[in-house]
This record gives sequence, structure tokens and C-alpha cells, in this order.
Amino acid sequence: MSPGPVTAQEQLGSVGLNIGIFAAFVLVTLVFVYRASRSNRTASDYYAAGRSFTGTQNGIAISGDYLSAASFLGIAGAIAVNGYDGFLYSIGFLVAWLVALLLVAELLRNTGKFTMGDVLSFRMRRRPVRAAAATSTLVVSFFYLLAQMAGAGGLIALLLQIPNSNRLGQSIVIGVVGILMIVYVLVGGMKGTTYVQIIKAGLLLVGAAVMTAWVLGKYGLNFSSLLGAAVEASPEGEALLAPGLQYTNKLDLISLGLALVLGTAGLPHILMRFYTVPTAKEARSSVVWAIWLIGIFYLFTLVLGYGAAALVGPEAIAAAPGGVNSAAPLLAFQLGGELLLGLISAIAFATILAVVAGLTITASASFAHDVYANIIKKGDARPQDEVRVARTTALVVGVVAVIGGILVNGINVAFLVALAFAVAASANLPTLLYSLFWRRFNTMGALFSIYGGLASCVLLIVFSPVVSGPKSVILPNGGVDFFPLENPGIVSIPLSFLLGIVGTFVGRRERFDTERIAEMEVRSLTGAGSEKAASH
Amino acid sequence: MSTIEERRADTGTVYERVQAGPEFADLRRRLRRFVFPMSAAFLVWYLAYVLLASYAPEFMATKVAGNINVGIVVGLLQFVSTFAITTVYVRFANRHIDPAAERIRQQIEGPAR
Repeated sequence: MSPGPVTAQEQLGSVGLNIGIFAAFVLVTLVFVYRASRSNRTASDYYAAGRSFTGTQNGIAISGDYLSAASFLGIAGAIAVNGYDGFLYSIGFLVAWLVALLLVAELLRNTGKFTMGDVLSFRMRRRPVRAAAATSTLVVSFFYLLAQMAGAGGLIALLLQIPNSNRLGQSIVIGVVGILMIVYVLVGGMKGTTYVQIIKAGLLLVGAAVMTAWVLGKYGLNFSSLLGAAVEASPEGEALLAPGLQYTNKLDLISLGLALVLGTAGLPHILMRFYTVPTAKEARSSVVWAIWLIGIFYLFTLVLGYGAAALVGPEAIAAAPGGVNSAAPLLAFQLGGELLLGLISAIAFATILAVVAGLTITASASFAHDVYANIIKKGDARPQDEVRVARTTALVVGVVAVIGGILVNGINVAFLVALAFAVAASANLPTLLYSLFWRRFNTMGALFSIYGGLASCVLLIVFSPVVSGPKSVILPNGGVDFFPLENPGIVSIPLSFLLGIVGTFVGRRERFDTERIAEMEVRSLTGAGSEKAASH
Repeated sequence: MSTIEERRADTGTVYERVQAGPEFADLRRRLRRFVFPMSAAFLVWYLAYVLLASYAPEFMATKVAGNINVGIVVGLLQFVSTFAITTVYVRFANRHIDPAAERIRQQIEGPAR
């Protein structure tokens, strides 16, 4: 017997069950994290798990890192309420992986050690490019982290039935999420974090697969009749199946598409995952696994989104606490009652936990390895000091994330994810591609491209309708929305590519270090001299 | 240019000698001849899709079979092309990149232990 339709006021599932299932997940992952901690000795262990994961393991972990709550709850909800435009979003997220596969993953694995700064500083003036790389890494990680923590607040409202009026209760839960994440990162390092992501990815994929099969089963395995039922249940009618409900500004849609497709291969927490495997060939296999898993997952969300529209109804979803994000949990309740809701809720929590842990370790690695060891200590830091600084940074990042999460709790900061992608596409990707494929590219080019991309992105967002437009949640009708688009990608990405060329021309009198350029080129393509797996 | 390259082949580091050699040049050319056009192709195909979605929503709403419309079909084709490019690239890299890269790596590092 499936329960009747839910209303916003009705008790949703059992809080005890939700917490119980989540506690079981935490317990299992803590065991793995503790076991991983025993082989955490060197910097390579802490940052890159001793480069000991296989391509398959890393590919599953990458999908765990990438499929954030925004992907799972956000896309399913967007499809349920806004139809086709949610699907469009997921396609950008998937196609983006081809950039990583064809142009970035293998060459990056061969040339770098732990961070993006390693690749850039290989043949350029080290301190300025490391400072630039660390700046953009920290900015992207911070935006992304804030978006995840704010999302945690909304989820809590839904899953633990702590109402939005109970600020203290929600803040305590955000604090618990933060503490757990810090424990994962401090105790388990990259290896522990990777296990958390592998377990979470497995749960997420299985959970989504079960729900997908269930939904399709209800419509006689006929996708077309599912679509028909969704159209009938939606106030938008047929418009649910065509683009245009969510994105009304044509240029904005193109701008978002560009940021999505070019941002993924510049996301620092994704780039760092390529260092956890022993060879470039394993890095390639990681991306292949990630593409298949992420692609199949987004096909599931297509069914789940329209399924939620058909079975729960867009009005019930919009009225529920948590809004659009509640589509998948409400669908789970509709299908399998309390137990399935509890499972899906726990998975959603696990998702946030795993993603913030991945971001925290990336931010701490970039600070400790790029800023502390190579800029402040000029490359002479003792490895144990570097790891100590990384752990301290992880603690600080965790605390900042919790405070930030509490402050922005309740504010819809979904635009921060799109902004993180836009910054990654503008500040990181052009510099990475130029330094991997263009011999003449130099320090000045890298600095122009990173700082120019970063600054233009942040400025355009500040002066966009997101911050001060009529519908803004920050400064409604603030009147400084000079830039008409919500996403800056269409301006900032080409600008950053251009600035890379201009900067290279400006800095053309820099010493052309033929030795290092030759070493980088040969090493990037063949793996000769690249960082090897730890032998323990 | 060629005289500089030849001189470097005699005197430079092992990486400079390899970089100047024909085997490495061949590897680099083969890789770039595959990944650059392929990247351009999927980016154009993706942008065409986004442009269709933003400027031709009526076309995307055209019914194909039952409730399934052009938009859903073209969107699913993006999945198909992504999976296909992935598979083709892996086959290409296994066959044409890895053996050459491994040979050059061994020249530099010595045979694998």
C-alpha cells in the first residue's frame, strides 16, 4: 500500500528512522576512515592517498564528489517544477566531462603532484603563479562549500522536521555536519575522504536506480506515458516538456551552458582527484568510469524529476519545506513510504557530507602546499610541517564553512554553484589548457588569465540581477544591476582566454626556459618522471 | 629552426633530446590530431543544442512519438554522443598513444623494474 498524497503540513516520515539510517552511514564510513588513517604518513598519503587507488575506485569517488545535493535534489526538483530546463542543466554537467577526458586529466596527472599550482609552476615563475592558483582554488572552493552548507540547512528543514523558525536547531545540525566533515578529513586524509565518496556514490546510484525502476514500473515501463502523466499533473501543461520555463533570457541560458561545460575540468576538487591514481592510464580510466556513472545517474534524474511531477505534483513540491529540493524525498515517500524516505534522506545527507569533505581537503591542500610550503617557505618546508599546516587549514576551513552555512541558511544561494563553475571555467581552465598545450605561454599570461577571469567573474556577479535585481534575495531592487545576465560566463570565459594571450605577449621578454618546457611537454605526454605511487 | 633542434639533440637534457626526436613529435601529432578536432566537434554539437533550446523552443517541442518530443530526443543524443566519444577515445589511446608513450618513458627512465 502506498501512502496517499502528502501535503505541506503533514508529518513526513519518521525523524527517528531518518536519523537512524544516517547514523548507520556515519558509523560505517568512520570505520573506513579510521582504517585509512593508519596509512596516513607522508604528504603524498594525506593529499593523494599515496596515489594507490585504481581507476575504477577513483571514478566512483569522482562521481561521489561531483554528484552534489545540487545535482541529485536540485536537478530532480528543477525537472519536476520547471520541466525540460532542469534536464538541460544536467546535460551541461555531463558533456563537460569530455573536456576533462580529452584535454586535462592525463596530462595533469603526469605533470603535477597535488594541486593545480604544481602544473602551472612547472615551467613558470613559481611564487606568483602558485599564489594566483591558490587564490582561485580557495575562491571556487569557498563558493561551492557555502552553497553546500546552505543546502544542508534547507534539507534539514525537510528531513528532520526542524522548521525554518527554529534557527538554533538548524544551526546545531549544520554544526554537526561540519564536525563530521572535519573528522573525516583530519583522521582519514584523502584516502578516508575517498572511501566516504565511494560509499556515498554507491548508495546514491543504487537508491536512484531503485526509484527509477519503481517509477517506470508504475507506467508500464513506458517513458512516454510518464511524460503524459507529468503534463497532466503540472499547471504548466505541455510547456513542461519544452525548454523555456526556467530560463527566459536566451543569452543567460547560453552563458550558463558555457560555464557548465567548461567549468568542470577547472574545479579544483575534481582536479585533485586525478592525483590519487598511480598513472595517467588510470586517470583516464577514472574519467571513463565517472562519465558512465554520472551519465546514467542523470538519466535516472530525468525519470525521477518527471516522476515527481506526475506522482507528487509540482504544487505540493513547491509548497513543501525545502521547496524544489524536496521533490526527490517526496517522491521516495510516495513510492516506498517512511523507509524509502529515510534511505533517500540519509543518502542526501551523505551526499552533502562527502562533497564538503572533498572541498575541504582541496582547500587545505592548496593552502598548505601552494601558499605555505612553496610561497612562504620557498619550497623548503619539511613534509610533516606541510601536512600539519594542511590539517590546521582543514580545521579552519571547516569552522568557516559552518559559520558561513549558518549565516546564509535559508537564503537561496543556488547561484553560488553556478558562480563556482563560472569562476572555474574563467580563472582555471584557460590557464591549464594554455600551459599544457602552448609552449610560448608564460607567467604574465597565467597571471592575466587567472586574475582577469576571477575579477571579471566576481564583478559581473556583484553587478548582476542576482545581487540587486528585482527578484534578488540579497539586495532586492538595490539598483546596481548594470550587467543584465545572471551568469557571467559568456563574457568572463572568452575574456580570460583572450587575457592569457595578451599577457603572454606583454611578458614576452621573460626567460624562455627551454629545459623546463621540454621536460614538461615530454613528461605530460609520456609520464616519464611523473610522481609514482607510494610503495607501502 | 631545424639546425637549432639538431644542436639541441646533441647537447640538451634527456627531455630536450626526446622532445626533438621524431618518435615524440609523432606521438604529439597523433594525440593532438585526435583530441583537438574531437573537442571542437563535441563543443559545437553541445552549443548547437543550447542554441536550439534557447532560440527554437517550438521546434524542440515538436512531438516525435507519443509525448516524446524533439528536445528530449536531442538531449538524449547528447548522452549517446558523450558515451560514444568516451569509448572511441579509450580505444584510440590504448592502441595509438599508450604503446608509444610507454616506449619513450622507458627510454628516459630505463626499463620498468
